[in-house]
Amino acid sequence: MVDISSVKSVVKISSQITTIVYQSNPERDQLVVKKLNTQFVDAIAKDEVMSDMLCITVQKEFIHDVLLYLYQDKDLQYNFLTTLCGMHYPEKNQLGVVYHLHSFVNNHRLRIKTATDIDQPVIATVTTIWPAANWMERETYDFFGITFEGHPNMKRILNVDEMTDFPLRKEFPLEDQTRDDKDDSMFGR
Amino acid sequence: MAKERHTEYWDKDIVSSVEHKEYNTLNVGPTHPATHGVFQNVMLMDGEFIVETEQTIGYIHRAFEKIAERRPFYQITPLTDRLNYCSAPLNNMGWHMTVEKLLGIETPKRVDYLRIVVMELARIADHLVCNSVIGVDSGALTGFTYLFQDREFIYEIYEEICGSRLTTNMGRIGGFERNFSTKAWDKIRYFLKSFPVKLKEFEKLLARNRIFMDRTINVGPFSAGRALAYGFTGPNLRACGVDYDVRVMNPYCSYEDFDFIIPVGQSGDTYDRFMVRQEEMWQSLRIIAQALDKLDKIADKDTYFAKDPRFVLPPKEKVYNNMEALIWHFKIVMGETDIPAGEVYHCIEAANGELGFYLVSDGGRTPSRLHFRRPCFIYYQAYPEMVIGNMLSDAVLTMSSMNVIAGELDA
Repeated sequence: MVDISSVKSVVKISSQITTIVYQSNPERDQLVVKKLNTQFVDAIAKDEVMSDMLCITVQKEFIHDVLLYLYQDKDLQYNFLTTLCGMHYPEKNQLGVVYHLHSFVNNHRLRIKTATDIDQPVIATVTTIWPAANWMERETYDFFGITFEGHPNMKRILNVDEMTDFPLRKEFPLEDQTRDDKDDSMFGR
Repeated sequence: MAKERHTEYWDKDIVSSVEHKEYNTLNVGPTHPATHGVFQNVMLMDGEFIVETEQTIGYIHRAFEKIAERRPFYQITPLTDRLNYCSAPLNNMGWHMTVEKLLGIETPKRVDYLRIVVMELARIADHLVCNSVIGVDSGALTGFTYLFQDREFIYEIYEEICGSRLTTNMGRIGGFERNFSTKAWDKIRYFLKSFPVKLKEFEKLLARNRIFMDRTINVGPFSAGRALAYGFTGPNLRACGVDYDVRVMNPYCSYEDFDFIIPVGQSGDTYDRFMVRQEEMWQSLRIIAQALDKLDKIADKDTYFAKDPRFVLPPKEKVYNNMEALIWHFKIVMGETDIPAGEVYHCIEAANGELGFYLVSDGGRTPSRLHFRRPCFIYYQAYPEMVIGNMLSDAVLTMSSMNVIAGELDA
C-alpha cells in the first residue's frame, strides 16, 4: 500500500533552496491501489508514489486485464491513454512498457509499468481498448522489438522495413563505433 | 444509322465497367504541395472518392529519443525546437519545465509570466499558420499573405528575446538567458495593438464567407468519443466538443492566475477546427495582455531566473575574464552538475495538443530515457477514418485543418 506519510508538499534540502515535490491526489491513489489489489490478487507487483504520480508495476500476463478494468470501472474511468513507450533495462535483461493513463472524469493520472524477458518480448496489445495505441505500439516494436500480441498491423513505422536492429536498446551504438577521432571518455560517456 | 451504333457502343461500355470495377491508386506525398510536410498517403480511389488510404511516415525521422540519451540537458533543448518547428518556444519551455520538475526548482512569478507571454505568442504563430493554410487549401490565398506579416513580426519578437527566429533554443532551465530588452517590450505592446485589427480582418475574409463555409462545414467530422479513443488533444479534440485543456486541467507555469475561455466546437469538422483555433488566438491575446498587467505590478524588474544557483549560467563578461566562471559555465553546459535519479512526466498545452516529456534519470549526466508524447503522431493515425468515403479535395482540407507537422510526427 501507499505510504502517505512519505508524500510531503515542500521539502527543504538546504536553507536557501526550497524544493517542490509535485503532489498527486493521495486519496484517489489509495482508492486505485485498493481496488486493484482486491480485483487482481497476484497481478500487482509494486505500487509507489513517484515524484509526480502513482506508479503501479503489473505482471505482464495481467496487463491487458488490468488496463481494461481501469478503463471500465465506474469509480476509476481511466478513459484516455496519454502515452505508451518502451524501456530497456540491460542490467535485468528485460524490456518494459510504460503506460500513462489519464482519467478526464476524475482528472487523475496514473503510470502503469510492465516488464518482459528480452528473449521472449511479447505483451498483449491494448489497441482493443484504445485505438490510439496502434501507432504507439508499432513505434515500441520498431525501437525495442517488443511484439504486441493481437495487434492488427505489427510492423515498423518510423524506420525502414529492412532494418534488423532495434535502435533504442542500449547496446545499439549512437555514433559510428569504428571512428577513433572522437574521444568520448573525456566527457564521461 | 451511325448515331445508333455509337449509342450502342457506349451502353456496352458502361455495363462492362460496372461489372469489372477498377480502383485507381493515388500517391499523395511524400513531397506534395497538399501535404505541407514530408509524409505519404497511398489512396485507393473510386473516381474522386477515397475507398482506402494507408499512411507512410518516418521520412524525416531523426532519432531524437536516441540522441537525447547521450546529451546533457541543455543540449536537448535544440532537439525539442525541431519537433513542432512552427512553435518552437513552446517545446523549449515544456522541456525546461520538465527538467525543473525533476530537479525541484521553483521559478519566480515573473519568470512564469515572461514564459507565458512567449508561449502564447508561439501559440498564435502556430494557429496562424494552420488557419491561413486552411484558407490556401480551399483556394483563398489572400489571408495567408496578410497574416504571414504578423507571423514575421512574432519572429522578430523572438529575435529580440533570444536572437534566433525559427528554431529558437530559447530560455534556460530555471528561466531565461537574459532579461527582455525594452525593444522587445515595445514590439510586444505594438503587436498587441496591431494584431487584433489584422486578425479581425482575416476572420471577416473567411469565417462567414459562403464559399469557405461550403467547403469546410461537414468536411471531415469526428465524434467526441472516437476522438478520445484516438488520443486527440488540443484544438482538434476541443473542436469535437471536449473541453480538455492542460492549462486548466493541470495548470503549470502559473496559468491558474489567468482568466481565459476554452473554446469548443460541436461536430469536429474542418470549420469547427478553424473556429476553435481562431478563438484560441483571441484568448491568447487576452492572456498576454493580462500577463503584461501582472508584470507591471511586480516591482522587481530584474528577476528573469530562478534563485537556484545550480543552473544559472554566469554572465558572459565573467566567463571570458574569470577562470572560476568559465569552469562553472563549462560544468553546467556539459552536464557535470548533480542530477537526482527519478522519473517525471510533464505535459504542456502545445499548439497541437498535449506535448508530454517522460524523463527517466538514473543520476547520470544525461537522461537514461526520454520519451516525447507528440500530439501529431497520436492523432494523425485517425486520418483514414476521417477521410474514407469523402472526396479527395475534402481530404486535403481535413489534413491541413488537423495541422500535422512532419517534424513532430516523426521526431
